[in-house]
Amino acid sequence: MKIVDNVQWARSLSVAWVKYALPMVLLSVIMGCPDRSMAQEPVLLQDSIITIDLDEVIMISARKALDHHRQPKPLSSLDEYLESSRKVDMVKRGAYAWEPTLNNMFSERLSVTIDGMRIFGACTDKMDPITSYVDVSNLSKAHISSGQQGAEHGSTIGGAIDLELDKSNFKETGIRGAVESAYESNNQMAVVGGEVNYSDPGFYLDTDIIYRHAENYKSGNGQEVQFSQFQKFNASANLGYKIKDDKVLTASFIFDEARDVGYPALTMDVSLARAIIASVGFEQPTLLGSLTNWKSKLYFNTITHVMDDTKRPEVPIHMDMPGWSDTYGFFSEARLITGAHRFLFKLDGYYNRSLAEMTMYPNATDQLPMFMLTWPDVRTANGGIYVMDVLDLKGSSLKLATRLALQGQYVADELGLNSLKIFYPEMERSKTRFLKSISGQWHKMWMPWHLNAGISYGDRAPSVTEGFGFYLFNSFDNHDYVGNPDLKNEKSIEANAKLTLERPKFKIGAEANYFHMPHYIIGAVDPLLSAMTIGAEGVKVYRNLEYAQLFNTSLDVEYRMAPALKWTGLITYHRGTDDRGENLPFIAPISYRSGFQYHKNTFSGAIQMSGAAEQLNYNPDFGEDRTPAYTIFSVSAGKTFYLDTDSLIAKVGAENIFDRTYSTYTDWKNIPRMGRNFFLTLSYSFN
Amino acid sequence: MRIIKLAAIVLILSIGSISCSSDDDTPQIEKDPMDGFNLVTGINANGHTVELYSEIDGFITGYNEIYIRIKDNVDNSYFTDAEITWMPVMHMMGMSHSCPRSAVTLTDDDTVFKGFIIFQMAGTEEEYWELALDYRTGGQDYSLTERIAVKTPIDQKQQVVSFMGNDDVRYVLALVGPQEPEVGVNDMQALLYRMENMMDFSVVADYKIGLDPRMPGMGNHSSPNNKDLTYDANSTSYNGKLNLSMTGYWKLNLKLSNSTGEVLKGEDVTEEREASSLFFELEF
Repeated sequence: MKIVDNVQWARSLSVAWVKYALPMVLLSVIMGCPDRSMAQEPVLLQDSIITIDLDEVIMISARKALDHHRQPKPLSSLDEYLESSRKVDMVKRGAYAWEPTLNNMFSERLSVTIDGMRIFGACTDKMDPITSYVDVSNLSKAHISSGQQGAEHGSTIGGAIDLELDKSNFKETGIRGAVESAYESNNQMAVVGGEVNYSDPGFYLDTDIIYRHAENYKSGNGQEVQFSQFQKFNASANLGYKIKDDKVLTASFIFDEARDVGYPALTMDVSLARAIIASVGFEQPTLLGSLTNWKSKLYFNTITHVMDDTKRPEVPIHMDMPGWSDTYGFFSEARLITGAHRFLFKLDGYYNRSLAEMTMYPNATDQLPMFMLTWPDVRTANGGIYVMDVLDLKGSSLKLATRLALQGQYVADELGLNSLKIFYPEMERSKTRFLKSISGQWHKMWMPWHLNAGISYGDRAPSVTEGFGFYLFNSFDNHDYVGNPDLKNEKSIEANAKLTLERPKFKIGAEANYFHMPHYIIGAVDPLLSAMTIGAEGVKVYRNLEYAQLFNTSLDVEYRMAPALKWTGLITYHRGTDDRGENLPFIAPISYRSGFQYHKNTFSGAIQMSGAAEQLNYNPDFGEDRTPAYTIFSVSAGKTFYLDTDSLIAKVGAENIFDRTYSTYTDWKNIPRMGRNFFLTLSYSFN
Repeated sequence: MRIIKLAAIVLILSIGSISCSSDDDTPQIEKDPMDGFNLVTGINANGHTVELYSEIDGFITGYNEIYIRIKDNVDNSYFTDAEITWMPVMHMMGMSHSCPRSAVTLTDDDTVFKGFIIFQMAGTEEEYWELALDYRTGGQDYSLTERIAVKTPIDQKQQVVSFMGNDDVRYVLALVGPQEPEVGVNDMQALLYRMENMMDFSVVADYKIGLDPRMPGMGNHSSPNNKDLTYDANSTSYNGKLNLSMTGYWKLNLKLSNSTGEVLKGEDVTEEREASSLFFELEF
């Protein structure tokens, strides 16, 4: 594990620093500053043993690592942290619950997990990506793996995001805690949170709690974006107990509830989004003689999501759209080291139930409400085995991995099944699919050069929406979507390469990947079908294209011009087309970011620029238009004060300093992003 | 060990939660053949009680399936050998007319007779329906005439249409099924009669009835893959497939054409024309 141990800090400096600290904080407030992108500086940690993955690790919790300077905006949302990744873009439908995309692919092509646990959103309109059910206070890191490198926790095409929970892990730290608060000027967002942790070599218990409340935000010209408010409460606990010296029992629990969440880009808001996520685990160092690091977990999560349009002034018809998703799962993994091989064996399975309904209330009050199931109580059972081997080839290393999984799906609700039979009279109630993934990744070092290259094959089953969705309205392209139970598995043949030059002061990396995806799943207009949603242009039915292809490339540079000052730059380019050469939707234009980061002793500061070129390759059939180019600037500064054994960390910053009005290719219906925003974060930690 | 136990418990619970329950088979007992039906009226005449049953509460405009039993008031037994004919008549201010109806036939139970009547309109105080029944039992002929109440359905939905076609013939079209519409694919059945004169109606064969179900409350949303109604000689009815994508109020727009394809009544639904002039209504 990469958790950085508590570092002994030079407490002696603390008193002296207090003298300087206040003026410096004030100065930085006056200068206005920091930036989110910096805050979101991706931190690429190298595996201490063998660097072979192209995984990116984003540090989220600085607390346990006492590493706050890395985070220009410690209490920013998880979404903002993820956005700092080189491969992740966030699709925004409002100020809350952004949907992560990886390699320009959406949730259904990704495996998104929390500590390896599968969770599925309960919203048919993707208003509740998994990442919206945790908060930064719960997490230590986000592991981002591209393509089939992400197959460890589930079948995927685009890759995986695994959010690692923040645990004390039997460190001898005793009781520690923190209270923290943050304020953002643009949407008057207030954040308050706290944590209390106890840890000793035989037992630990971590608890945290956080509350966020935000009003509507304003875009660049001071224009208020209506229905962009939200509030969220989150609490979590992690427990570890050593039964014997080498046997560990763990448990984790997260409660997350958002209320009154506005979605300015959609026609409906959310009155309630609630998740309860729980697990128990067992770990021991050996198993059956030669196996090591045996870890097992049983988990359960339940999600309730209620859409609501009663606050919208004008709707053609009022409707209720609640959704539920329950998942039960397990995994068990062990390692084996023999000769040049380092194996990981993992067995996993889950059972999910997804149900969503829609009730519409006619304007003619003497008519009965209209009811339909938009997800017909789909039960998915998935069992898989994952085997990975890292092979030391003397001077280079090779990672081979495979996942084989069997997935059965069953439509449990009679009404739902009958609805789908309108479209598919011959439809079977259940369907079984066999999913497979195999990948090879090779790493070679000729100091100071590194080469990573890999090829892989994988497939995925259609999502519940793609397979069984019933008249799901997509406000972006203004069509109703109907699922297709006859879809074939989507496949992916992928090749990737990364070349890096690493010098003590200078680092440059060029990376590219290419996905050829036979049977790519996408919605296509069926002109014979009549839209259900009032005002929708038509109906799209999911189908398999012959293939689609996607190319992603990036160049990143880091130059340490002085011990305390670093310059970074990143530029990315993406291209996606279907079998007829048409553009795929939601493919990023040329994007860039660059910034200076300064960190010396207890002071940190950053200036960051980020932007994108005009979106030339877009697809109007999916509601896209030519999103204009933009560049924004942000600054931040932070200071740590030591007060005896406690510490106070203050961060201030300004985002979108020049108050640009802009939106990006991922902004649903081009809703503008936040205009100028000042933030202040205070965190007081005690030991 | 504790972990294994816990795992076992969770596994058992999860299996338990997806297992199905089995239905108990209750022993068959002899029961009233009209159990579950409503006795609409009992007509006392000729020393008999003629009982009229319906599946719903009373007679309504549209298709009515009617069950008849004739009880001997002497010993409360039911006749099994009756031959029944009927004649419903609407007494209007200036005229009288009848309506389409079937013959009355014996059902599987030899005391229960069955037929249907399609009332085109509801009765009022001044204008009312009368049912004349002639029956023969035990070698003797009996007859009776009784005023009956015919109401519009509680939900006020139109399930029968009487209209003049472009061929100057008056038709009566009635919805038979689905009686209990469901979300999904429904078998749809309708009966079409030509009015020969005020009292006689005959089944029309080999026409075609186009079907376009719409939800006026949802921007005139339609469902796909509906099947137009075509004539079935066995049942002498028009049968098709009606697809309902959700519950609520549906207008079943119809277009009647004759065997040469000439449209007699009804229009296609378009952006400009929200509904056909020939339609049924459903709400569930």
